[in-house]
Amino acid sequence: MGKLAIETRGLKKSFGTTHAVAGVDLAVSAGGVYGVLGPNGAGKTTTIRMLATLLRPDAGEAQVLGYDVVRDARAVRSRVGLTGQFASVDEDLTGVENLLLLARLLGYSRRRGRERAADLLDAFGLAEAADRQVKKYSGGMRRRIDIAASLVVTPELIFLDEPTTGLDPRSRNQVWEIVRGMVAEGATVLLTTQYLDEADQLADRIAVIDHGKVIAEGSSGQLKASVGAGSLHVRLRAPEQRAEAERVLAGVLEVPAEPSADPAALSARISDPERVARSLAELSRSGIDVTEFALGQPSLDEAFLALTGHAAEETPEEDAA
Amino acid sequence: MNATSAEQASAPVTEDALRSVLLVGERPSRPGPVLTSLTFGWRALLKIKHVPEQLVDVTMFPIMFTLMFTYLFGGALAGSTQAYLQFLLPGILVQANVMITMNTGITLNTDIQKGVFDRFRSLPVWRPSPLVGALLGDVMRYSIGSAIVITLGLVLGFRPEGGAVGVVLSVVLLLVFSFCLSWLWTMLSLILRTPNSVAGVSMMVMFPLTFVSNIFVDPKTMPGWLQAVVEVNPITHLATVVRGLMHGSVPAGEIGWVLVSSVLLVAVFGPITMVLYRNKK
Repeated sequence: MGKLAIETRGLKKSFGTTHAVAGVDLAVSAGGVYGVLGPNGAGKTTTIRMLATLLRPDAGEAQVLGYDVVRDARAVRSRVGLTGQFASVDEDLTGVENLLLLARLLGYSRRRGRERAADLLDAFGLAEAADRQVKKYSGGMRRRIDIAASLVVTPELIFLDEPTTGLDPRSRNQVWEIVRGMVAEGATVLLTTQYLDEADQLADRIAVIDHGKVIAEGSSGQLKASVGAGSLHVRLRAPEQRAEAERVLAGVLEVPAEPSADPAALSARISDPERVARSLAELSRSGIDVTEFALGQPSLDEAFLALTGHAAEETPEEDAA
Repeated sequence: MNATSAEQASAPVTEDALRSVLLVGERPSRPGPVLTSLTFGWRALLKIKHVPEQLVDVTMFPIMFTLMFTYLFGGALAGSTQAYLQFLLPGILVQANVMITMNTGITLNTDIQKGVFDRFRSLPVWRPSPLVGALLGDVMRYSIGSAIVITLGLVLGFRPEGGAVGVVLSVVLLLVFSFCLSWLWTMLSLILRTPNSVAGVSMMVMFPLTFVSNIFVDPKTMPGWLQAVVEVNPITHLATVVRGLMHGSVPAGEIGWVLVSSVLLVAVFGPITMVLYRNKK
């Protein structure tokens, strides 16, 4: 496992009466991608902001790369890079000006800073847009300049707060490539996301967070196993056979089958994919005609339903301004 | 200049190039507070370059005030507009500058809401430097405003007896005071939620502060209690100094007063600003 890049114990933060983070314990080992998965308002951003020393925790402790986020805030700041949920570059400035500004603030000479900015723009495919104001960038370009800005001095740990929210699939793939590239070079990435798919693709380990608490933690495989292998959707030719189908499915799958809103359909969360084939055979043996028989991966909604007992709805509070 | 479309510009990220920028393990030594503040000042200048509209207040406002007050009140207050201009212009210069400082709070309030301030706050730099830098950028705006007022004054017939030296000295002192006063607005911009409320409260402070002074008229005709207020108003002392220097006298005691109030403004509002800034959500 190696040493821990991030360790938190009982981390808490409230805004007025909203308990944004209500006791988060994390242990993130160095190297690789750690995903923090949760719906809007779950406390992901607030957690990241505390780890990046932008917010003081109300209670609990957090160590980042071995430094306390409150007592050694400066040491933490010089070792991490942050890409926020909203453009964390100056939209009035051009791409190259933004990078040069950060390079100068981090101690580069004017000349070396310019070289560094040019290299980063090249690497992120933004050389052509170097002299354009960031507010004129497309969503994908803005994300890339944002990430590039976090890498002016190569950080040991990078926080990416919902790096692909609102991006088209092509730009999202580019961001994923960047994240994989960073990890290949030995960086640790803490990434928050609302998408199970994204956590699945990128993260080595995932913490599922809801209402300010970690409700599940593990590798993507472990989480899926706890949620079930997926769900089975069955649609019958004759709605009046639904009760019988429900009984047959429950018998074979050993999990309850639930009637859907469609009077001819029902679904079941399954834990063992092998039983699915047998259930189809059993249905036909019982003389039940099936028009649709589909097996789906667990979606975030289903994962949430399984882990929390409630749907991944958005809470009214914004996740920290 | 750059005619490529957004699509062309978003060339794919190349793995090798990415690797090479990540491999650079360069860790330059950390720059000091002066350098980081100046760098943030450079950012403010870049913003003026990219968004020149923000200079409207420092150009239009002083011109409007100089013309209005000279021609509306000049004849009535001093017998002729020419005579009043000699008295008014240094005062208008003070008022224009002090009024322009309000904009510091309004722009900062907008700026701080944006994600880029999160990044600044997550950098290992001297914490006040983003704010100090913004104020340094504003000094440039004040200088532009001052140059406009003085030029307009000279065109209209203002003749400073203190010569170029007196004018330059008075402007320098004015810039120092304005920089220090700005900390009041940085504090307000961190307390109030919207730029509009910052503008509103600033106006409520600024109007009495500039009008209940000796900027426009000699306080001798005011009731005694009001004279007492005028006498403790730092703007009065500032106007006296600027007027004195421009017309060739050096009111040493008054200069001391201005410098002391400048230091006090920073000493009080600077630390409050920083505490608010540190604890900002």
